Amino acid sequence: MIADFGYGVIVVTFLLALFSVGAAVYGALAKSYRWAESARRAMLLTFPLVTIASFTLIYLLATGHYELEYVYSVTSNSMPMYLKITALWGGQAGSLLFWSWLMSAFASAVTLRKWERDREFLPWVIVVSSVTLAFFLALTIFFEDPFARWWQTASGEVAAMFRPAGAVPLMPSDGQGLNPLLRHPGMIIHPPMLYLGFVSFVIPYAFAMAALITGRTDDRWIRITRRWTLVAWLFLSLGLVLGARWAYDVLGWGGYWGWDPVEIAAFMPWLTGTAFLHSVMIQEKRGMLKQWNMLLIILTYDLVIFGTFLTRSGVLSSVHAFAQSAIGPLFFAFIGLTLVSSVSLLVYRWNDLKAEVEMKSMLSREALFLLNNLLFMGVLIVCFWGVIFPLISELVTNQKVTVGPPFYERATAPLFGALMLLMGIAPLSAWGHSTFKTLGRAVWKPALVAALVVVAIFVAGIHNAVALIGFGLVALVIFVTLYEFWRGAMARHRRTGENFVTALWRLAGRNRRRYGGYLIHISMVLMAIGILGMQVFQTETQGTIPQGGSLALAGYTVTFDSVAQFDTAGGRNVTRAVVSVYKGDQYLGDFHPRRDYYYESGQPMTIPGVRSTLADDLYVILVDWQPISAIGATFKVYHNSLVNWLWIGSLVFIFGTLVAAWPEKVTSGG
Amino acid sequence: MESFPKKVSRVTYRVSRFTFYVLFLLLALASAKTASAQQPTPSDDEVNAIARQLYCPVCENTPLDVCPTQACAQWRDLIRQMLAEGKSADEIKQYFVENYGARVLSEPPRTGLNWLVYILPPVAFLAGAYILYRAFRSWRALGKQASAQEGSEVPLAGDEYVARLEEELRKRE
Repeated sequence: MIADFGYGVIVVTFLLALFSVGAAVYGALAKSYRWAESARRAMLLTFPLVTIASFTLIYLLATGHYELEYVYSVTSNSMPMYLKITALWGGQAGSLLFWSWLMSAFASAVTLRKWERDREFLPWVIVVSSVTLAFFLALTIFFEDPFARWWQTASGEVAAMFRPAGAVPLMPSDGQGLNPLLRHPGMIIHPPMLYLGFVSFVIPYAFAMAALITGRTDDRWIRITRRWTLVAWLFLSLGLVLGARWAYDVLGWGGYWGWDPVEIAAFMPWLTGTAFLHSVMIQEKRGMLKQWNMLLIILTYDLVIFGTFLTRSGVLSSVHAFAQSAIGPLFFAFIGLTLVSSVSLLVYRWNDLKAEVEMKSMLSREALFLLNNLLFMGVLIVCFWGVIFPLISELVTNQKVTVGPPFYERATAPLFGALMLLMGIAPLSAWGHSTFKTLGRAVWKPALVAALVVVAIFVAGIHNAVALIGFGLVALVIFVTLYEFWRGAMARHRRTGENFVTALWRLAGRNRRRYGGYLIHISMVLMAIGILGMQVFQTETQGTIPQGGSLALAGYTVTFDSVAQFDTAGGRNVTRAVVSVYKGDQYLGDFHPRRDYYYESGQPMTIPGVRSTLADDLYVILVDWQPISAIGATFKVYHNSLVNWLWIGSLVFIFGTLVAAWPEKVTSGG
Repeated sequence: MESFPKKVSRVTYRVSRFTFYVLFLLLALASAKTASAQQPTPSDDEVNAIARQLYCPVCENTPLDVCPTQACAQWRDLIRQMLAEGKSADEIKQYFVENYGARVLSEPPRTGLNWLVYILPPVAFLAGAYILYRAFRSWRALGKQASAQEGSEVPLAGDEYVARLEEELRKRE
């Protein structure tokens, strides 16, 4: 049987991963090159093996082998092929296998690099990767087996890999199908991006552990993994943004981020990862904060596992927790073990990680970077505490509580504001030494222009304090960053006589990391424009209108023309309304907000009609309708100001990160 | 009145819907008696303004104003009904808390253990800030000692940034 084959391959891979852990540890301790090499080859072999297992599962999903529990629960005959294939990560068991697949791929990619200069790291990198891989494979083998079959026993239906005594195999002719919320083209890209980001953060962690174990605590491990970390961060960021876009497009509540525990679970490693990307620069430039960087990467790793756990254990039910099972305690134990052992190692090496130079000024670049780290940790604490508090409350007082958006927004808004202020100031402060005078001299010009922007916005009629402060900070960051580009290019222009454009191009080309970073800063504040627009200016109205009736909002008029109900492919019943939209007297076009009802799962899905411009989105949802009556239909209309800047900022973000991560010519140095 | 089951499975969900219908019927009867006190039907926007502050008691982490399930549509009708009876937003929220527990609120009520959720993050942040401040001071003290031993620092030139940048450029070329 094909399923038995897939399961067998996973078991073999698991044993291989265990062997590679043992061989690598022995090879490192006994200084035996042969054993280390053997561990490396075992590690390399896991990738083709997990690939075979994954393709086996994909084949079973695509061909409708509903006798398997997993295939039954995430696919159905009516689903299009792309969804059947991507159902690999549509449920818990498959997601864990997918995680292992990525882990083995990344670990193999790392072991293939040239190792001459840091051969002593290799066995320990293999150990950390293989232990992580073995953990996920063990979950797949013993608890969440995607190849388990359905059996009919005397006591009912059970899912098991091997035939229980007296059981008869079940052969359903159709499956339950995927959760409707997941039936979206976003399914192809959002989960893999997030997982790519999650899993690739294991690699810098593995190098950090290797550095701690071998005692090579200089910044070698950071230099090796720098680009890798940046790419991991890019994937994680993209995963978050794509998730936001998906929510905006199909969840039908007019927003993109709901402070749902699972969103926060993916956001937390992003926070520590971002803090890490900044603070490693202090270590590279000044030889400081080695312990802190170690702690940040340990936290990032465990938050990645925690994030996988939150989505996969069902301990925190949320709209994302489509996959629930009893593997929570195992995740908890694994996180505890890795955290305790990593931190113990860190404490053991604490004195080796002492700073080489000391800090001179509270306004120096490194001091401001530390402040940046403090703020990111502040956001992290708010997020972490908000996510776990409902559990604590339930355990202690048996009272269920919700920690919702108002809590997070109130707590994090000042921190995000302070981060934006730092983005505006820190690029102008110097490494090593800065005073109020030198910093003030650099900042006052952009700050003045930003203040003028605030005045202009105020005069234009916006008197909301959050908006004024927010847009002021956005303007400050943009002007400071452009000023930096300009000053750099002018300095080059004066020195080399190149024209301004060439100077700018070469300037960025020769210091990609810095100028890529600046582009990322710009992208962040462009996103902030969208977020501010939604937070401060979003308005909505809802009403039940007869055919020909209208709803008015923010200068727009939405007129209800007709509604039709029909069955369509994919086992859906679609209710689709036609509304015409006017801005003032100008006809803008027809929207088709609809409600899809999935027969198999009995779940509805709301798809809005949207018109998007740089200034605002008009977002129309069909809430309810009466088939044949004069009452008409109920619509909800959102006016989402500036939200497009969130997506525009995301594109700039990708560009900026690619600039920063693009390999520089070896001769030009770091 | 029956309290809402703590754990929500499909079965208890149905049970809770049943309790809900009973409640709804009782409420409808009660309101019929006081029909003379009724106001004009509240608009959807007025209903949503309150529903937005409440969380769907069955689907977790979904605000009541956007939840598409049938149960939530009925809860919104209940809010409308109560508004029509002249109940205030606080009274309506109180009603939902009494019947479905504190989890229907978007934030934990500020009582007892729940204070922790509000107090811990700022305390932790301030503690972090204090540790950082102490670290700064000790670093700076060390830095001053070191520079006193090395002799006084070179004063910084006019446009320090450009000087620094040009120096960096020189190093690169």
